[in-house]
Amino acid sequence: MNINKTDFESPHVELKNVTFSRGERVIYDDISMVFPKGKITAIMGPSGIGKTTLLRLIGGQLYPDSGDIIVSGQNIPKLSRKELYAVREKMSMLFQSGALFTEMNVFDNVAFPIREHTKLPEDIIRTMVLMKLEAVGLRGAYELMPNELSGGMARRAALARSIALDPELIMYDEPFVGQDPISMGVLVRLIRNLNTSLNLTSIVVSHDVKEVMGIADYIYIMADKRVIGYGTKEQLLESDSPLVQQFLKGLADGPVPFHYPAPSISQDLMQG
Amino acid sequence: MDWIQNLGKNTIERFSAIGRASFMLFGAIVAKPNLAKGFPLFVKQVYVIGVLSLVIILVSGLFIGMVLALQGYTVLVDYGAEDSLGQMVSLSLLRELGPVVTALLFAGRAGSALTAEIGLMKATEQLTSLEMMAVDPLRRVIAPRFWAGVFSMPILAMLFSSVGIIGGHLVGVEWLGVDQGSFWSIMQASVQFEGDILNGIIKSIVFAIVVTWIAIFRGYDAIPTSEGISRATTQTVVQSSLAVLGLDFVLTALMFGS
Repeated sequence: MNINKTDFESPHVELKNVTFSRGERVIYDDISMVFPKGKITAIMGPSGIGKTTLLRLIGGQLYPDSGDIIVSGQNIPKLSRKELYAVREKMSMLFQSGALFTEMNVFDNVAFPIREHTKLPEDIIRTMVLMKLEAVGLRGAYELMPNELSGGMARRAALARSIALDPELIMYDEPFVGQDPISMGVLVRLIRNLNTSLNLTSIVVSHDVKEVMGIADYIYIMADKRVIGYGTKEQLLESDSPLVQQFLKGLADGPVPFHYPAPSISQDLMQG
Repeated sequence: MDWIQNLGKNTIERFSAIGRASFMLFGAIVAKPNLAKGFPLFVKQVYVIGVLSLVIILVSGLFIGMVLALQGYTVLVDYGAEDSLGQMVSLSLLRELGPVVTALLFAGRAGSALTAEIGLMKATEQLTSLEMMAVDPLRRVIAPRFWAGVFSMPILAMLFSSVGIIGGHLVGVEWLGVDQGSFWSIMQASVQFEGDILNGIIKSIVFAIVVTWIAIFRGYDAIPTSEGISRATTQTVVQSSLAVLGLDFVLTALMFGS
């Protein structure tokens, strides 16, 4: 499969020449990315390069030093607070920890965004919540409190909450971290199914190569403050970039060194 | 030269914290309140912050009143002035001990809990996820807690003083045998509504604002790790206690100084 040109004519989310730094440390140096509408786009890369930061930039929680972040035609860093909140009602994010509200049960957690943003009567909310919970297989668990859920269940409940208002864009922050193989498989299928059935635009941040390769339409690979490779799964596997190959195959040695920069080991040991 | 550098750094950090705290408070209380949604949250927090603090406040008030009466009696009886015990107990409680001790207990009981709760909400990304759901955490989480604290503490302080006076009565009249009539009548004659009761209430409103503000800001500004939250909780108790004692001196000088 090759890149489908029409996907990129009207992207849902687009980053143009974004530079972002934290204090002295530059996180992104002039990156540009495109996330086509209705597709799953994955962002992969080693830990600690600020993949989550990218989602926060798109969500308007952080502001770039320079560059544009366009979501549904609106430039996020330039929006007023009110406009930003209006855009956020159409997007949603699944956090690594799930971020369920600990003082509410599963039902109220899923109902929370509906109650906050609509004036629907309680019986319709009930139907909506049960449908969302059914989609993630937790309808039977609606009375449980978040501390009674396993890690996988908590993430599925959080997923139900993030699709409660039928968003157009959903961002997954490391959805596969710390999942056992079964719930991993369930999550992978859920993300794929949600994407096709609701025609969502999905952005998945992850470093689980196998899972991401299984569901993503397009993949970005990031390292060293910039995008080092992007395309469909097939294109990346054929890529001749040693960086991309090292990441996809999980090799210890390559352009990304295994060792944190240090003086030579003999020098270090002799000093003691 | 290092200490000069550190002094400068600490001073800048202090001021920037005050700035951040002001922004937070401004965002929380200036925003247009949504009464239909905000009121149930406020009531819930009044229960958590105020009602659940009742036991410690009432028990402490009773004991402090009893101790005051016991200590006061031993001094006053030397001068044959034990009839004024009611005046002494009630003025000490209404002017000073009621507002101050309530604020200190409140900082320990409710303030630390507020800091830890908000800090943990931050650490578990609940605040961020509220923001991503287009719900302002300042309005949803911070504002109801702030108002509940400001509303609860003056009431707690009044209850503290009332129970303290009952404790003083128990020890003074029931146990030590001060005349019941003089205990109440001298108290009634010497306590003024504006000068004593109202000033005490004003004090405790000021303490309520300061303690609740420090508590929620320390939680909101906490470094989202277990160490960060534990430090924030300690800071809440230390800083609000110091602030209460310092402000008490200033307020006392203003109210009763001349």
